[in-house]
Amino acid sequence: MDIQNVHPFVIFFAAITTNNILLTNFLGMCSFLAVSKDLKSSMGLGAAVIFVSTFTAPINWLVYHKLLVPYGLEYLQYVAFIIVIAAFTQIIEMVIERVSTLLYLTLGIFLPLITVNCAILGCALFLVIRQYTFMQSIAYGLGAGTGWALAIAALAGIRTRMEKKSKVIPELEGAGIALVITGIIAMAFIGFSGIVRIN
Amino acid sequence: MTPIITAVLVLSALSGLLTLLLLVAEFFFANYGECIIDVNNGEKTFKVEGGANLLTSLASQKLFLPSGCGGRGSCGTCKCRVLDGGGPLLPTETPYLTDEEQKTAVRLSCQVKVRNNVKIEVPKELLSIKEFETVIESITDCTHDIKGLRFRLPEGETIKFKAGQFVNLLSKPYDDVKEGTSRAYSISSAPSDNKAIELVVRYVPNGMVTTYVFKHLKQGDKASLIGAFGEFFLRDSGREIVCIAGGSGLAPIRSIILDMIDRGISNRKATFFFGAVSQRDLYYVEEFKAIEKEHPWFRFVPALSKDDSDHPYQKGLITDVVARNYGDMKDLEAYLCGSPGMIDACCKVLAGKGMPVDRIYFDKFS
Repeated sequence: MDIQNVHPFVIFFAAITTNNILLTNFLGMCSFLAVSKDLKSSMGLGAAVIFVSTFTAPINWLVYHKLLVPYGLEYLQYVAFIIVIAAFTQIIEMVIERVSTLLYLTLGIFLPLITVNCAILGCALFLVIRQYTFMQSIAYGLGAGTGWALAIAALAGIRTRMEKKSKVIPELEGAGIALVITGIIAMAFIGFSGIVRIN
Repeated sequence: MTPIITAVLVLSALSGLLTLLLLVAEFFFANYGECIIDVNNGEKTFKVEGGANLLTSLASQKLFLPSGCGGRGSCGTCKCRVLDGGGPLLPTETPYLTDEEQKTAVRLSCQVKVRNNVKIEVPKELLSIKEFETVIESITDCTHDIKGLRFRLPEGETIKFKAGQFVNLLSKPYDDVKEGTSRAYSISSAPSDNKAIELVVRYVPNGMVTTYVFKHLKQGDKASLIGAFGEFFLRDSGREIVCIAGGSGLAPIRSIILDMIDRGISNRKATFFFGAVSQRDLYYVEEFKAIEKEHPWFRFVPALSKDDSDHPYQKGLITDVVARNYGDMKDLEAYLCGSPGMIDACCKVLAGKGMPVDRIYFDKFS
């Protein structure tokens, strides 16, 4: 099937499960490991990632297809995408801080962290490589963000429970055991590959 | 050539557009206008440009809250009560506030953003913290590596402080050091001598401010001091006191003793143990000897740790000397000032002699 004909909903679903940007591509690992110590802040970061990736994906799609491609400047995509993401997170931070303090407390403090989150840049690069349409890129942005948020929430849940109930050998404490758990979750996600697969 | 120019143009256009967007957003969303900060229920009011945090907004109005980390939210010392307009408590503050503090609206001022009119409450002493543009009246060599400096305050100005507190001395750029910085030094003069400030500065190799003091400051130069700060001062308990200091740690103890004389406190016995390596490290000995002669409640005990020559002082490490001089110390209180190593060792000795830990006050020079 030609990729352009795939329904955006399928892309959305695939981005959450089989093509989960964190569990299959291992992108956005640093904040994933650092913030997954407790559930509350990991949900906050997850929500912020969903927010930013949903908006930057279509913006980056427009920048790529309407600005870079016409001038034959595809090789500048990395620079252009990073500038867009950085500027966008800055603006969003200002808006959120002004509009709602409560939302700022849950999302805003994570926004500077997201500027350098490679999952967001990876998301923009994948929609170029996979030649998504504009609608598909929105669905992909939303799906990739949601997938990332689910993964960090799952890891945070497991890590909080483990802290209370299990003993980890000192050599594996912290990031070590988190990576092992991530690997096991990633294997579990392979189970989804029978349902839908987008390359 | 053309592709390069197109690339530069397109990228510049994109950056330009985004910058413009950012500026527009900043104008609409980050512009908080003029806000009024009300301090201690109308005792002082400041008009500031909104958008910055409370700590820097107050500092721009010359109200200095103590801050160790410069507003990064990692030291937890810039606390004040925000009664109105501070917004909800942030997760970045909670680790530094006790439950009691959270209930009474205590906040970290570096984390509170001024977005509207704010009502705050700060300790009264902080309102007397000022920046003083002083002139250096004299510089004396106390020992080979310690200098005593006397700063004259501007005409008509006075400083109010508790004996034992410190001020921050600001250095100006010199040689390869491109930026001015500041370091804390204890005041060695008495609070009654309020038209001047005396400091004792010990040379630290490669120290930014001490190098400035030792190599660049001259008599008649201008120097800025901010103060006074600190929780190290004489408690009004009526107990006998033991003061222990080493090196430039003598400064706050001198201030405390001079203050006791000024205030006529003669019912509390005070003993000052001053630890030094050899005779060349002793200073202000004559002055303390004179005080000892005139005031029977005061005793001055200099001790030399590595000087076997013939001298009238006690021998040995300051901790051993203190231990030799006392039996049970459970009814005394102690004021320690010096290096962290010396203070930790002294705390151990004092606690071992029965002194309750909450009655040992110290100022660590680290």
